Amino acid sequence: MEMTGSRILIECLHREGVELLFGYPGGAILDIYDALSTAPFHNVLVRHEQAAVHAADGYARATGKVGVCLVTSGPGATNAVTGIATAYCDSIPLVVISGQVPTSLIGNDAFQEVDIVGITRPCTKHNYLVRDVNRLARTIREAFHLARSGRPGPVLIDLPKDVMNATTTFVWPEEVSIRSYNPSYRPNLNQLRKAATALTEARKPLLLVGGGVCLSGADEELAWLAHELDIPVIGTLMGLGGFPGDDPLWFGMVGMHGTYVANKAINSCDLLISVGARFDDRVTGRLSTFAPDAKIIHIDIDPTSIRKNVHVDIPVVADCRLALEGLREVLAPGLGETDWKSKHSQWLEQLGEWQNARPLCCRQEPDGPIKPQHVIRAIYEMTKGDAIISTEVGQNQMWAAQFYAYKKPRTLLTSGGLGTMGFGFPAAIGAQLAFPDKLVIDIAGDGSIQMNIQELATAVQEKLPVKIIILNNQYLGMVRQWQELFYKRNYSGTPMEIQPDFVALAKAYGAEGYRVTKLEELVPMLEKTFAHPGLVVLDIQVDREENVYPMVPAGAALDDMLLV
Amino acid sequence: MRHVLSVLVENEPGVLSRVAGLFSGRGFNIESLNVAPALEPGTSLMTITTSGDTQVIEQIVKQLRKLVTTVKVVDLSELRAVEREMMLIKVQADDPNRGEILRLADIFRCKVVDVSPNTLTLEATGDTEKLDAVQNLLQRFGLKEIARTGTVSLRRSM
Repeated sequence: MEMTGSRILIECLHREGVELLFGYPGGAILDIYDALSTAPFHNVLVRHEQAAVHAADGYARATGKVGVCLVTSGPGATNAVTGIATAYCDSIPLVVISGQVPTSLIGNDAFQEVDIVGITRPCTKHNYLVRDVNRLARTIREAFHLARSGRPGPVLIDLPKDVMNATTTFVWPEEVSIRSYNPSYRPNLNQLRKAATALTEARKPLLLVGGGVCLSGADEELAWLAHELDIPVIGTLMGLGGFPGDDPLWFGMVGMHGTYVANKAINSCDLLISVGARFDDRVTGRLSTFAPDAKIIHIDIDPTSIRKNVHVDIPVVADCRLALEGLREVLAPGLGETDWKSKHSQWLEQLGEWQNARPLCCRQEPDGPIKPQHVIRAIYEMTKGDAIISTEVGQNQMWAAQFYAYKKPRTLLTSGGLGTMGFGFPAAIGAQLAFPDKLVIDIAGDGSIQMNIQELATAVQEKLPVKIIILNNQYLGMVRQWQELFYKRNYSGTPMEIQPDFVALAKAYGAEGYRVTKLEELVPMLEKTFAHPGLVVLDIQVDREENVYPMVPAGAALDDMLLV
Repeated sequence: MRHVLSVLVENEPGVLSRVAGLFSGRGFNIESLNVAPALEPGTSLMTITTSGDTQVIEQIVKQLRKLVTTVKVVDLSELRAVEREMMLIKVQADDPNRGEILRLADIFRCKVVDVSPNTLTLEATGDTEKLDAVQNLLQRFGLKEIARTGTVSLRRSM
């Protein structure tokens, strides 16, 4: 059938299973918007292109499906770059469609022209400029295939206006294969045997859960391994939810703001089994003193992650779930020969001692200012851990990571690698659209929330009951914390006393807003917030100079923590 | 240590900048880079000379393989390979020196490809060290211009 490029695009998106598209119109994509009005899927009008990408990202993180967004050429495309880089750092599958000036004008510095393929080359898994309408369907097919397979990531397709107007016979490519792209999903059996031997020999093994566990759905296999062999588990920020946060074998997050026990454990273990983590500097601290006594098994689908930062003894390049499944098969026959419980009991006892010696602390005085950690604990207790939590970036994010026990993958949506302020709220919008009946909460700071606060209009328009909890300390709290600790309390650029009345602002957008200033109001207001059928902004005035602890100073050894 | 990487890529717009961007973005070193269409239609062969320790070279090879447009990466330094580079060198050649320059050209099996009353342009082929030697020997006559292709290399058959 003869179709225009715009129609082919809509048809391909539909066939790829797209349910939702986040976008913002503009000159170069007028034809696409014209076709979108009769598309068989919903398109969400955001108020800023950055939020379109974060919302698609939040949708992808919460569902595991590919998030899709549509932006116009020039500033529309450049506004999307932060969102694309955010998704790239955390391996989130996205297809970003950008408009482009007509092919005849490309390179002429035309109005709203920018070389977005050039700009996004280092922050996409792959990108395309489609110059010929006959290449369109195949390109879209490839883009979805690349985004969701292997180590997932964002793929950008740049579509010139004339290509959208051109017509051709639509042919849906049933098969998609790219000869130079063959991710290895299946683990190498020899490597698994080596890993099994190492597990049998280890006296102090430790499982490290990374984001790959959540992305590949390896949580059940991981829980089997941990429980069957009685191995303690710690996680990276991206790994939270990959192992139940209320399990007795769980010892918390590792790294710069990790728990005392997790950081001590990593530097004392004799075998570290990393599953889908990439040893980011926020996780390892000083590399020369990282896990000094450990043999390292590194399971990762991306070969470049292996031996990039740390020395690896047994690399396993594979999908995390398939690798753990394979390991289970290798281990299963000899499993009964070892009494794992008594073999690891001393090690687990040691971890228990560390945990009790220095637990995560929240010193809430009954008549003192509200401690932000106390707020997160209260939210956890009220939701029983059964909510989707998104976070902004900074102290709010770290407290949300420390004081809420995530039980399942895809229940924490947070910008780990890039650390993008303004991520949480649009991500919550994406997640709420995917799960209309779930409680979706954005844990925010007063600084971060202002970075994409215009999305209140989007959420109200879509009638989304997202709950925004602002831990308001009138500071850019994490930066202020660093200034307090390492810059002689020179609070340069961090005070944020000038801020909108968030309650009035919420109401101005047609949402609801409440404020909490005293401790006794906290629980009733949280209850009121969660019971409200629509969007609520809850502005909680917290202790202004509370810090996130433990803290490993940048470049210090992991077990060299500030604990107060 | 110096490594010569042979990288077969899809011949598409932007492929060179993907590779170059990978090197610059990750702080890898490029000593020379040569690219031209390869035997199989639709592909190009890049020969990249780089340097680094084992871990860096391993990362470079893996990162190159990760690019969707890369078909094949071979580290020729680990194999037996032939290596050549070509150089065009324009040297000041006043009458008293012309004979000496031509003798040197002969010793190094260079070809004279352009002549003017006071310059000679020579074509030299060989491995990098040979070309460095030619360049050093001609230095004293006065070098006007120089153009080198960078290394190209193929694996030996036996």
